[in-house]
Amino acid sequence: MEPSLATSIGQIQLERPVMLASGILGISLDVFNRLYRSGAGAVVTKSLSTEPWDGYPNPTIFSVNGGGWMNAVGLSNPGAPNFAKMIESNQDVPIIVSLVGSIPADFELMIKQFENCKVTAYELNLSCPHVAKVGLEVGDDPELVKQIVTTVKNSTKVPVIAKVGLGTTHYLKTVGTAIESGIDAITAINTVRAMAIDVETQRPILSNKFGGLSGTPIKPIALRCVYEISSKYDIPIIGCGGISNWEDAIEFFLAGASAIQLGSAVGDNWISIFDDINKGILQYMKKKNFSTLQEMVGLAKKS
Amino acid sequence: MQRNHNHTKIITIEKVIDETPTVRTLVFSDEIMANVLPGQFAMVWIPGINELPMSVMISQESGKAAFTVRKHGDASTGLFNIKVGGQIGIRGPYGNSFDLKEGKLLLVGGGTGLVPMMRLLTFVKPTDDVTVLIGAKSKDEVFFEDLSNTLLEKNTHKVLVSTDDGSYGEKGFVTDLVEKLVSENQFDGVYVCGPEIMMYKTVQSAHSRKIFVQASLERMMKCGVGICGSCCVGEDLVCKDGTVFDGDHLSTNKEFGISHRNKAGILENY
Repeated sequence: MEPSLATSIGQIQLERPVMLASGILGISLDVFNRLYRSGAGAVVTKSLSTEPWDGYPNPTIFSVNGGGWMNAVGLSNPGAPNFAKMIESNQDVPIIVSLVGSIPADFELMIKQFENCKVTAYELNLSCPHVAKVGLEVGDDPELVKQIVTTVKNSTKVPVIAKVGLGTTHYLKTVGTAIESGIDAITAINTVRAMAIDVETQRPILSNKFGGLSGTPIKPIALRCVYEISSKYDIPIIGCGGISNWEDAIEFFLAGASAIQLGSAVGDNWISIFDDINKGILQYMKKKNFSTLQEMVGLAKKS
Repeated sequence: MQRNHNHTKIITIEKVIDETPTVRTLVFSDEIMANVLPGQFAMVWIPGINELPMSVMISQESGKAAFTVRKHGDASTGLFNIKVGGQIGIRGPYGNSFDLKEGKLLLVGGGTGLVPMMRLLTFVKPTDDVTVLIGAKSKDEVFFEDLSNTLLEKNTHKVLVSTDDGSYGEKGFVTDLVEKLVSENQFDGVYVCGPEIMMYKTVQSAHSRKIFVQASLERMMKCGVGICGSCCVGEDLVCKDGTVFDGDHLSTNKEFGISHRNKAGILENY
């Protein structure tokens, strides 16, 4: 029998396990449709705020000497109300709406905007490392995480995912708090707070000075986090961080992820990356006699 | 070691040419940028100010390239103000390029949209019959007319100018002249770069007559490499799928000629 790429992340059912990560290409429904046609199992939107945000001046994204990408885009987004209007006509694409805010009321307000939209899940951005008072600064505050997750879970029946990163509070504690507050799944990890300095002009390259490192250099770190989360907690996990080929994807499944997200690899390989990884996973499953993806999830912990 | 085109390289401006009171060409040495294809762009970092996408201008000297910039916002004014000896960062080249046909060609450029057209002129064959159409608001904003004539010395050619106010060349919008030219001539290829409405009308004029036409689009860009999504036009990303698109494709695009996205990603009408 042909193996199946279908996966479930708790209540979230997807035909394919490779998603577009938040922050990448995520502002147009036409582009979402194109990504879905190109093999993405779901698309995660840019993190939306209650109001439109312009983000930081350029440079906001560049390739790092030694590998990977650095970004401090500054969460530019059209705001939840504009965005909800844009995706109202969505029929086909599993869209995971990423939300960013400072207080529970921000999230509650934004979720109301999407009442008429087909939303597969919400992903709470508790981990953006380069914008004040949101993202990682929220994720680092366990009391706030508890309040936000509890509020969001009371505001919607749609599954809610928390995206965590490496901040000053141990991410396993943040994950634990989110689980206690009723979260349905975890995405791990976000970019890692970092910087780069141009030696010729002797100044930080990013206009925001600090940004987040993504791409292949952070893959082993993200993989370690997925393994640690799945070892400690019984919670569906979406692996994210530097995945750039099918072997990386399999590693994340074996570590305990039920699905994965890609970002930097789109910059390195363009949109065909989704189909390439899907095909690679299928071939691996045939070779190793897996018929479902779930059979692989967490296998590395048994050895 | 081969240069990673995604890494910013710092270059020094060697010459500054005033094209008009608001347009300057900054010349620098760089073998890779000197040899880019027409339509390709670089992401240009003005340290401490901003980074912006720029079509790569030709230089008459070998091994050199340039950026021709009109001062407009913070970023372009920052670039405009760079003096000889000043340093800027470049990465790229990015994007695709024009598919140059042979025979009777029409190149239409508005403002700094002429930059990829000048590079395209360096690729025409001596047997091509080339018409260059330059659109400007007024006489003091006309540039690259002499350069076009110089580049086409060996060709049967015409360089026509239209100004909105009639202070030089033909009076009227350049798109009216395009319509006239394509209705009176059998062009083998039409190429356009400039303000979106100008490109839209030019594409319409040519495409409706089944003439091969390409436009090099401009959108707000952050990354230039297909990550940020800022430059999407319908389902296309200008940085990765373009900047050059065929008329066939553009005529099916829901946003071309209609709307563009602002910094927050909100659609705004032209």
